Amino acid sequence: MDFFDILISASFWTAAIRIASPLIFATLGELICERAGVLNLGIEGIMVAGAFAGWMAVYSGTGLWTGVAVAMAVGMLFGLVHSLLTVPFGLSQHVVGLGVTLLATSLTYYAYRLALPEVTSPPKIEAFQPFEIPILSDIPLIGPALFSQTPLTYLAFILVGVVALVLYRTPLGLALRAAGENPAAVAAQGLSVTAIRMGAVMVGSGLMAVGGAFLTMSAFDSFFFEMVNGRGWICIALVVFGAWKPGKALLGAILFAAFDALQIRIQQTPLGADIPYQVFLMMPYFLSILALIVMSRRAEVPAALMVPFNKGER
Amino acid sequence: MTDNGTARVVLRLDGITKRFGKLVANDAISLSLHEGEVIALLGENGAGKTTLMNILFGQYTADEGTVEVFGRTLPPGNPRAALDAGVGMVHQHFTLADNMTVLENVTLGTQSLLALSQRRAGAREKLARLSADFGLQVHLDAKVGSLTVGERQRVEILKALYRDARILILDEPTAVLTPQETEDLFATLRKAVRLGLSVVFISHKLHEVMAISDRVLILRHGKLVAERPIAEVDKEKLAALMVGAEVSAPRVEPGTPGAVLMQLDDVTTPDRGNAPGLKSMSLALRAGQITGLAGVSGNGQGALADLIGGLVSPETGRMELDGAQPTGWSPRVAVQSGIARIPEDRHRTGTIAAFDLTENAILETYAQPPYSRSGWMNWARAESFTRQIIDTYDVRCPGPGTRIGLLSGGNMQKLILGRVLEAAPRIILANQPVRGLDIGAVNYVHGQLLAARDRGAAVLLISEDLDEIMALSDVIHVISEGRLSPGFPRGRMTPAELGVWMAGQGFEPHEAEQEDSAHAP
Repeated sequence: MDFFDILISASFWTAAIRIASPLIFATLGELICERAGVLNLGIEGIMVAGAFAGWMAVYSGTGLWTGVAVAMAVGMLFGLVHSLLTVPFGLSQHVVGLGVTLLATSLTYYAYRLALPEVTSPPKIEAFQPFEIPILSDIPLIGPALFSQTPLTYLAFILVGVVALVLYRTPLGLALRAAGENPAAVAAQGLSVTAIRMGAVMVGSGLMAVGGAFLTMSAFDSFFFEMVNGRGWICIALVVFGAWKPGKALLGAILFAAFDALQIRIQQTPLGADIPYQVFLMMPYFLSILALIVMSRRAEVPAALMVPFNKGER
Repeated sequence: MTDNGTARVVLRLDGITKRFGKLVANDAISLSLHEGEVIALLGENGAGKTTLMNILFGQYTADEGTVEVFGRTLPPGNPRAALDAGVGMVHQHFTLADNMTVLENVTLGTQSLLALSQRRAGAREKLARLSADFGLQVHLDAKVGSLTVGERQRVEILKALYRDARILILDEPTAVLTPQETEDLFATLRKAVRLGLSVVFISHKLHEVMAISDRVLILRHGKLVAERPIAEVDKEKLAALMVGAEVSAPRVEPGTPGAVLMQLDDVTTPDRGNAPGLKSMSLALRAGQITGLAGVSGNGQGALADLIGGLVSPETGRMELDGAQPTGWSPRVAVQSGIARIPEDRHRTGTIAAFDLTENAILETYAQPPYSRSGWMNWARAESFTRQIIDTYDVRCPGPGTRIGLLSGGNMQKLILGRVLEAAPRIILANQPVRGLDIGAVNYVHGQLLAARDRGAAVLLISEDLDEIMALSDVIHVISEGRLSPGFPRGRMTPAELGVWMAGQGFEPHEAEQEDSAHAP
């Protein structure tokens, strides 16, 4: 199979969009946090917790959408912990974020062992199935790629538009962005920086958890340790790549996912036989770093990112 | 009672007390403001002016006392309530988001956060009307980061007016403005008063207080010590009331310029972010002369200070010390060449807060004898040096072992001054040497700089305070966007004339003039 054939094959693009979906959720979540001025390094652990919580809920008998809601709620709970420590208490966002990642990851593994003490291989659930949108899914190439995905993927794409609309077209988005640019401006207008930032971190963390849940409830149908596998960290880079803008972040997520889908396929070509497979595994990360360097040079970082705000400080 | 005694009281503070730990920032302060009146709140830095206004605006909570606006008591610690009651505050440090447009900054927080869309058309209409009424021209779709300081202040005022403020509080509004921009601001305030608004004007610049206010209230060490109609006072009386004693600035005799110690020839340095570098700058620093550098902050003063202090090297052009180009230009070479620095920010670059006085006193010389030999510190010598500074420069402190962060700004500055002058420098870089000091300390620092000049040092005085520049400098240059004006001898220029240069207006025409005259037959 030739390189060009891969790029025009429907299965390649279908896979790319599927791989991009969890990244879109989590990147949007991180973007919301950072736009409000809080770096959320809890993302990796929150995705793990979300992946487990959604899957476990469904395994215990709830519906799929309830499972998504449970994942969201668990994510928001960790968001509450993160934002309590970083916003009103003003602790280091790096330390708290890494702490939340460790806490969420280990609590998840602990909960897994408590819930399923005897199992050797994790049970499967009835995951989200692809839903073909009538007519649109018949378009060649685009149809299978964009319109024959699971409902969660559609939700991810819709959320990009929703987040962009809220950020740029509503008073709430204005206040949120201002909290990330100059919190003193927000306080001077009689708004609560603490409430805005905590709210942003909680909602953002909820989306991260849904991103995690996508893995266990849509991409796969079971929960494995290490299944998030650094996706959270990729999303942090994607926010920078997307210059803190939802549309560009979506583009970045699809680009990274395409590299990922591509490397799996190249491994199976004759070329792949001669080169150690680790080189291919590295490719998406390597190309992402290159793209990051090119794209982020003129990005405007939220000016108050990682700057705690204390009312009445002298 | 004043002329406004019959007008309605719009604001009343009653017995406001605020403590920060042991410090009483406001001590039972009561005052009232009438409709259509401008009152000035005058006091030295640390007198409690800003604290008082932050309490009024709800950003701090008072320990005792009440705030009453239009007859209604405001709930403490609630900026929203103050805004809704018609109090608008223009902060000393602007509360604007640079990355957002003027319109976004003004409308921020004026709608419910749950509203589904932003009212933009209505906002534009209202802002156009306010701009016209108050003479506040500003482009609504410009990013705030691209505006000049004067324009940003207009945005701050528009923000308050957009929320229908009836009482405007301006905290040190002129600190960052050119004289012309200050005139524009005063014109706006006069319009506001004619439209029935009331203004609280906070300042420590006496002539501005005299120019704009109807009544002046003087704060000292957190207490309201005097209240006078402006007609009954003059600048000297105000200064005496501010410090609690008659004050006299040091007498300034013109210096006698000697040899050129440092020469910059067509020097350019790289820009740093928003701050411009130097643009083909030529400057001579002479022995026995104070060279004043006037200009609005952020116009290349930092770049020049960094160049002389050894932090950056010229990108193009020549820099000569005693007629020779220094090699390997660095802060250490600068110190060893006899350049002493009073840094702009004494907290950030001048001292290390957690270090004691001794350690701070030898920050620049610790690697040299007698303070260290063969890699070992000689703390005894360092401490005796520090005691000498403490005695000579009247640094009020428990002792050389005190952490410097515990000292007041004035005492910290005296230690830095001692560190600088005891090294018997040949060139003194004094960057904002009296910022944030009270009048007594200001006079002391100025006297010491003049004495150093008379001993034959070349002094470069960088300041945003035009009065300071004009009082001390033997020759004045204006810096604007990294370009340097010609040197004007003492007494040649009026503040207004310097203001034209500060606004960046004299430069191109001036060069063009030179070209014209060069081409003239």
